[in-house]
Amino acid sequence: MPVQMPDINLVTMLPEILIAILGLVLLLMSAGQDAERGRKVNAMALAGVIAAAALTVVTANGSSFGGFFVVDPFARAMKLLMLLATGMVLYMSMEYMRDQKFDGGEYQVMTLMALLGGMIMASAGDFVVLYMGLELMSLSIYVLAAWRRDDVRSNEAGLKYFVLGSMASGFLLYGISLIYGTTGTTLFTGVATALSHGHISTATIMGVVMVLAGMSFKVAAAPFHMWAPDVYEGAPTSVTAFMAVLPKIAAFAAIFRVLLIAFPALQSHWNPLLQLLAVASLAVGAIAAIGQTNIKRMLAYSSIGHVGFILLGLTAHTGLGYQSVVAYLAIYIFMSVGAFAIILLLNKAGVGDEIEDYKGLGHKRPMLALLMALFMFSMAGIPPLAGFMGKLYVFMAAVQSGMMMLAVAGVLFSAIGAFYYLRIVKFMYFDQPAEGAFGMELDFSARAILTVTGVVMLVWGLFPGALLSWSGASVKMFQ
Amino acid sequence: MLSLVTFLPLAGALVILLAIHNDKAAKSFALGISLVTFVISLRLITGFDLGTANFQFLEEAKWLPEYGIAYRMGVDGISLPFVLLTTFLTPICLLASWVSIQVRVREYLMAFLALESFVVGVFCALDFILFYVLWEAMLIPMFLIIGVWGGPRRVYAALKFFLYTLAGSVLMLIAILALGYHGKTFSIPALMDVPLSFSFQVWLFLGLFASFAVKVPMWPVHTWLPDAHVEAPTAGSVILAGILLKMGAYGFLRFSLPILPDASRFFIPLIFGLSLVAVVYTALVALMQKDLKKLVAYSSVSHMGFVTIGIFAMNTQGVEGSILQMINHGIVSGALFLAVGVVYDRMHTREIAHFGGVAHVMPVYAVIFMVFTLASAGLPGTNSFVGEILILLGAFLANKAVAIVAATGLVFGAAYILWMFKRVVFGAVVHDEVRAMKDLSLREFALFAPLLVMVFWIGFYPGPFLKIFHASVEHLLKQAAVVKTGAAMVAQF
Repeated sequence: MPVQMPDINLVTMLPEILIAILGLVLLLMSAGQDAERGRKVNAMALAGVIAAAALTVVTANGSSFGGFFVVDPFARAMKLLMLLATGMVLYMSMEYMRDQKFDGGEYQVMTLMALLGGMIMASAGDFVVLYMGLELMSLSIYVLAAWRRDDVRSNEAGLKYFVLGSMASGFLLYGISLIYGTTGTTLFTGVATALSHGHISTATIMGVVMVLAGMSFKVAAAPFHMWAPDVYEGAPTSVTAFMAVLPKIAAFAAIFRVLLIAFPALQSHWNPLLQLLAVASLAVGAIAAIGQTNIKRMLAYSSIGHVGFILLGLTAHTGLGYQSVVAYLAIYIFMSVGAFAIILLLNKAGVGDEIEDYKGLGHKRPMLALLMALFMFSMAGIPPLAGFMGKLYVFMAAVQSGMMMLAVAGVLFSAIGAFYYLRIVKFMYFDQPAEGAFGMELDFSARAILTVTGVVMLVWGLFPGALLSWSGASVKMFQ
Repeated sequence: MLSLVTFLPLAGALVILLAIHNDKAAKSFALGISLVTFVISLRLITGFDLGTANFQFLEEAKWLPEYGIAYRMGVDGISLPFVLLTTFLTPICLLASWVSIQVRVREYLMAFLALESFVVGVFCALDFILFYVLWEAMLIPMFLIIGVWGGPRRVYAALKFFLYTLAGSVLMLIAILALGYHGKTFSIPALMDVPLSFSFQVWLFLGLFASFAVKVPMWPVHTWLPDAHVEAPTAGSVILAGILLKMGAYGFLRFSLPILPDASRFFIPLIFGLSLVAVVYTALVALMQKDLKKLVAYSSVSHMGFVTIGIFAMNTQGVEGSILQMINHGIVSGALFLAVGVVYDRMHTREIAHFGGVAHVMPVYAVIFMVFTLASAGLPGTNSFVGEILILLGAFLANKAVAIVAATGLVFGAAYILWMFKRVVFGAVVHDEVRAMKDLSLREFALFAPLLVMVFWIGFYPGPFLKIFHASVEHLLKQAAVVKTGAAMVAQF
């Protein structure tokens, strides 16, 4: 019997290969003694991300390693979002990293490795590949979270994330083993075939639940969100910004793939769970954030709330619902990156992370405060900003699927949540600044990032057509 | 044309943001823009066909065609008066802020112009999503106006205003989405003809009601209003009482009655009940107020109770009276807030007890204040008389008991407003601060002059105003009488 070779189609993996090689090269470079190496490494990392994005756009659809690695419009869209998010965060953190002496080069290497892991997750066609991508991403981010070695909080953040993250990975692995045990395969399509014919045992359902729990941890959906506030608060701000975007996109990509490709037959089992996660996340995101005094913690809860909205869109199980998820993720990236860019800028100028520290920003730096207000109103979902359009589509999908009560819960929590976004606006505009506060220079990268994200808030809020047709095209395959 | 009226102020705000850095120039520019907007909006009247109930000056552009969402604008006889009221009051508001706003003047002007744009847009929008976007967007400038330029408890008031309104609005969003999904379009005129089952109508009505009732505001969700009014700067109060409150009642007229006629009829007792409580109870509350602005604020709730009674009387007199009364209330309560602002600018207090004998030192002011006080009390010859009598007539035809209880509200209304006037204006001068007050400046007189003209014009000759919305109201009443439920749509007149 001839040994069948799996089809190895490296062309489909070009973006990942590029990022992997680049990461290794940069690792070598960062071992050098060159004083300017940080700048070079950063420039190369950015160039690599842009090149990978270009490659992602042009690579053809296809699969490799016998379906282990899949490139389809959805995977490409999610990878583009990840590359975009990573690129923006790297670019805006450049000055901050130099300031904090992070720019030895290893930092960028870890960032690229996390990106690579995320990209593999988006393309995974098999549980083992999915797990590998997830671990690569997670381990890199654990390290990044603890990057400030001499800071207790940063160490705590890294350790906490690591311990809890490993637990979650354990759940995921256990779930995968149960699935494998009952279906005899780890390939998504194989699992789907097995489940659509055979008898569905309790063990399989246990496996699905475990897998879902592991994924929920990664997106910080309540009740698996406990780590997020502490880790967001303790990690260096540039890492928090990164953490707020990349793992979310990657994990949502994986959730899509696992639930819709591997487990469509079990939808009646996992969909109620998803709804539960959505409502719990909305509630935690809206209510727990109110008491926060630290802006990074607050944004952690806010991101939990956003995850709730995204899950709500997913549970609709219509084209519109899937589309709203991708659109919401895209909008979320720009909102988060914009808000964190401002926090980063203020951090660099010695402004703390307490919300009180933002007192009077509107008096001293009107443009900066205006932008921050824009991001906050957008996150709160007030039209005519992009965040509103994201929510509008989620609610539209929910209403279309007849999930009235969930939609009502969603809007009520969004109204409650508006309070804490308004609090930031309140501090910026309604309170008087301290003497001599906010005297920093805006460098070019900050200006560029803020201009882009600010403009996107308005453009996607007023003319979301292009974003929606793009996100619609990316999820056509799931309908 | 409508887009020009709607977005000219916003464009003006952008110009101030980017090009005008001098406070004085910005003030003149903003006033100029708002006057130009007003003049352009007058051309809407001259070009308006009074004989038809159709939407006019229609505009349509693609927005999100896959979901039936488009940029649709148009006015009929019901929305046109509100557009004009907005463009009429905004220059007055800007002029009223000329001296009293001293800090961050440019931002203030930008917020105000943006607010005007959004509000005019709300009245012109013929697409439900467009309507919602503008309806919500309006919260941002108003939040900032109260929060940045308001009084001592402005933060509390601003947050309360924002969250109250938002909580109501988001429920409306769900109703809008359900309606739009059901009707396969978000075009408001098209949705008026979509048949809907009764239970669906009831849910939709409640969703819309949550939003409109907060905005009107109806008892018991009115509690944000006194706070917002007291803390807002004078011009903010004028725009709040004059225009924003009308948005809620406009919502009932534009959406609830024609799109959900069966549910609207079903909920008449609820609306009447809440409105009567508002009319009588808040009038009594107003009687007890020590703060001038709070008194006028509660009087607004009471007067808006009349308006909702008139709307749900669902007859020509009631609805026409309501629309006219909303215009009247916009003029009269706006003028009363301005009048309070005048003495506040001089004394920096609004405690009724700190005044007394103002007539001795400010005779011109006292006369003008008196006219608006009497107008608020509904004296014949002033505009409110016409509106209130029409509403009571309509209410009497619909439900005699309601009319009788509502009429007592008029008595209480006269009581609190006249008693307030007596304590502030008459009597001997006891406080030295009062003695030091100067009479109206030319600028202040200019604020009141157009409002005075309107009080007497509508008071003596309301015909032309009623004619604007007569055809549309008749059409609306036909729509409100339709039985939409079931497959066969039977019209009952």
